[in-house]
Order: sequence, then C-alpha cells, then structure tokens
Amino acid sequence: MQSNAALEYDYTVAKMFTYVTILFGFLGMLVGTILALQLAFPELNYLIGEYGTFSRLRPVHTNTVIFGFTVSGVFATWYYFAQRVLKVSMAESRFLMILGKAHFWVYFIGALIATITLVFGISAGKEYAQYEWWIDIVIVIIWLMWGVSIFGIIGIRREKVLYVSIWYYLACFLGIAMLYLFNNMSIPTYFMTDGLGSINHSVSMYAGTNDALVQWWYGHNAVAFGFTVPIVGMIYYFLPKESGQAIYSYKLSLLSFWGLMFVYLWAGSHHLLWSTVPDWMQTMGSAFSIVLILPSWGSAINMLLTMKGEWNQLAENPLIKFMVIASTFYMLSTIEGPIQAIKSVNAIAHFTDWIPGHVHDGVLGWVVFMTMAALFHMAPRMWKREIYSKKLMGIQFWMQTTAVVLYFTSMWVAGITQGMMWRAVDEYGNLVYSFIDTVTVLHPYYVIRGVSGVLYLTGFILFAYNMYKTITAGRELTEEPQFKTPMA
Amino acid sequence: MDIQDIQGYGMFFLTIFLTVILYWYIIYLYRSEKKGERDFEKYGRIALDDSIGTPPVEDKIASERENTKEQIK
Repeated sequence: MQSNAALEYDYTVAKMFTYVTILFGFLGMLVGTILALQLAFPELNYLIGEYGTFSRLRPVHTNTVIFGFTVSGVFATWYYFAQRVLKVSMAESRFLMILGKAHFWVYFIGALIATITLVFGISAGKEYAQYEWWIDIVIVIIWLMWGVSIFGIIGIRREKVLYVSIWYYLACFLGIAMLYLFNNMSIPTYFMTDGLGSINHSVSMYAGTNDALVQWWYGHNAVAFGFTVPIVGMIYYFLPKESGQAIYSYKLSLLSFWGLMFVYLWAGSHHLLWSTVPDWMQTMGSAFSIVLILPSWGSAINMLLTMKGEWNQLAENPLIKFMVIASTFYMLSTIEGPIQAIKSVNAIAHFTDWIPGHVHDGVLGWVVFMTMAALFHMAPRMWKREIYSKKLMGIQFWMQTTAVVLYFTSMWVAGITQGMMWRAVDEYGNLVYSFIDTVTVLHPYYVIRGVSGVLYLTGFILFAYNMYKTITAGRELTEEPQFKTPMA
Repeated sequence: MDIQDIQGYGMFFLTIFLTVILYWYIIYLYRSEKKGERDFEKYGRIALDDSIGTPPVEDKIASERENTKEQIK
C-alpha cells in the first residue's frame, strides 16, 4: 500500500458496473413491460413463437432485474463508496484492480449467457432460482470474487471503523452466499445416470414440503439481502453525502441493522401460510413479519430525520427527492408486507395481484429509485462532469412516481377483487364465480398496469439518456463537489 | 414429543435468547456513550468527510501502532 498525497480514488470498476446496471435495468424493465401488456392483451404472447411467451419471459424479467440490474447496481456502488468510507484507493493495490476487472468481465459474460439460457427454456424450475446447476457454479465464483474484493479492500483500509453502509454490504455478501448455496443444491441428472438425459437438467436435493420451505427461506431472504440490505446501505451513504447532513442517529442505524439481521431470516415462511408446513412455523413467519416493521422503519425514519431542518433541499435538489421518495416507498412496502403476512389477510391476498403490487412498490419505488439516485450522485464524481439536465431529471421523477402509484393502486384493487371473488360462495356453499369471471373484471386494471409499465420504462430511458449525455457532454468540473451534485 | 414440537420449542427459546442479546446491545450502545467510552455519533462523519485527503475519523494505522506500544509495555 502506497502513502501518496496526490492519490485519487480509482473508479474504473465502478464505471464498468454502472454501464451494465443501466443496460440490465433497461432490458429487465422492457421485458417486464411486455409481460404486463401480455397479461392485458394475451395475443402479444405469440409474436416470436415460444421465445416470447409469458412463461418464457417471466423468469427473464425477474432474473434480469434481480441478478442483472440490482446486483450490478450493488457492485457499482460498492466499488465507488467503499473506497471513500474506508479511505483507500483501489489504485493502491494492483491485485484488487485486476480482481475487480476480472470480477466485472466474468459477471457480465456470465449474466449474458445465463439470460440466454432462460430465453431458450433451460430452467431449474424454482422461482428466482431458475438458473441451471452449471450457471449456479459460475454465480458462486462471481460472488466469491466479490467477497475477496470486499475483504481485500477492508484489509488495507485507513479508516478503522467500518461505516454502517459497509456492514449492510457485508450482510448482503454473506446472506446471499448462504441462501444461494443451500437453495440451489441439486443433482445434475446427466452425471448421475451415466450420460442419460440433458446436461442442462438437474433435480433439487430437497423434495415436497422441505423443498418449499428451503425455496421460500431463500426467496424471501433474497428480497432481504438483495433488495433491502444493500439498498439500505446505499441510502445510509448517499443521502447524508448528498444532503451534507450526518445520519440523524448512528446508534439507531446499528440497532436497526442487528434488528433486521435477527428478524428477517425467520419471516420467509409467511409465503407458505395455509400450506402443509408445520403450524408453528406459519405463526412464526407471521409474527416475525410484524416485528420486521420495527427495524425497517427504524432505518427509514432515521433517513427522514437526517433531513431534519433541511427540508428545503427537497424542493431544490431532485436527487434528494429521489432518495426521500425511495425511503417513503420503503416504509410503505415494509408495512404492506407484514399486513399481507397476517394469516387472515393472507387468506385473501395469497396468489392474487396484490402480491406483485406489493413487490413492485418496493422494487420500483425503493430499489430502482435509490439505485438511480446513487448513480446520478456518482456520475459527476466519476467522470468529473456536471449532470446534463436537472429538468430532465425532474420529468423522469414525476413520470416514474406516477407509474409506481398507478401500478400499486391498480394491483391493490385487482388483488382484493380477485381474492374476494375466489372466495365468494352462495347459500349452498357453491362458488359464485368461475375463474374467467375474475379475468374479465380485472382486465381494466391489467391495462392500467401496462400503461404504468410504459411510463416507468420511458422514465428509465430518460435516466439512461441523462447519464449518457452527462458522461459524454456534461460541463467539465474543475473540482469534486463535496455534497450537492451539480446539475445544469 | 415429536420432531416438529422439538423444532418449535427450540425456535421459541432461541428467539428469547436472541431478543435478550438485542436488548443487551441497546443498553451497551447507550451505556458506553454515557460513560464516555465511545462516541458512536461521530462515525456519521465518515460518509461526509470521505475525500482521500481528509484524515480518518479513527485512524487504523495509528490505532494499531498504539496497540503495539501498549503490548510492549
């Protein structure tokens, strides 16, 4: 490690991951919008044969937004802010630079191949864990490379204390590592049958209820450690830095961290309410989901209180607006989730459109807003250029906020209508409605969702354009902005 | 008592144990700050003063040097 006064942070790897975050964000949201339109207009299923059907595209959407957009956003922000809060440049370690670049290329090529396998229907058939066994091995390698990079840079740091955002990213690394390994344990049939069957096929090591339990322990905690933990880590760095206000209560941030770690892991069984898993486990899933409100709101309120006395920034700085609305959507989705996990509410909500409604107010309002805000904050510091257009950012903000509101309100109404219609019985106990009755009633809401998808995607294209113009044509900056991001 | 009951009771007592640890952590945070042993709030500055030229809030290298000196004594 060198000790050099003229040393600068090296953003080479952060820049590479930034490009890919935008690319995968666009692809994932494009496919998502197509899926929303397919549900409203089923004829759209048959545009490109088997490759364009809902069933083929749905895993492409979920995996691209999770493992493409979000994970590369996590990597991009990590390679940016970790250097800064640890007070060490990646340029100080040749090993870390080579590893970081290798991490990027293995990830990028791996992600492209993985997406193509899904388009061709190669799937392990487990939700959010569709990648086949050999892709899982590549993913484990990518994750380990990131791990070495994380602990490598922590090892050569100058700042003794690990800032709270680092804790969250560490939890993301460890949590996903544990979940991914256990849920994807499978046996490749080709090797177990002396060459019979396809190399692209495997059988899960778990069966029946056990498989469901492991799957939802994974599924729910993938939300925890992929969509919650690193994004909370992001806001704990980017909101204070952008606003120039230290976290309202650092102690509360630590407490919320341990609260989240303690509670989140036990809540997954709320996905299996009214199923064949033990009753105590269902009750536990419900109870822990309710308790989960405390650490979630602890972080969100801490962020809102960070803006105490500085609310004028909300009107002056669109980036603060993005982050505050992200925090607000985090509060909304973390109160909505526990409500859905109450057994009696779940009896109506489960399998209905309220569930994707809940997921999307979380991901569109919280994860994507926060990731875009982080990239906007990083861009002038990495490329030493002013943000190309503040006005465009404002248009994007309102377009996407409207889209999220349209999405979740239409799905609330659709979901509750659907749930009530499925359960409606006449005086003799016969079902009042057939399935197609619900589809007819829900059609207008599916159209609204399609419109919201188009709006949100358009907003994302504006974001990508603003970033592109910032990188290529933004006014050059002579010195790094300390807090507020400069924008034209 | 079958395996499901054992799992259920195991989970219950583990929850109690972890809750006690979590509450102990809250007490630890506030007590150590009250006694003047640690000022947690100053760590919030790490995000704000993050230029490579600004001194760390707690210098790792200086602290390691300090520890080594104490060990030698």
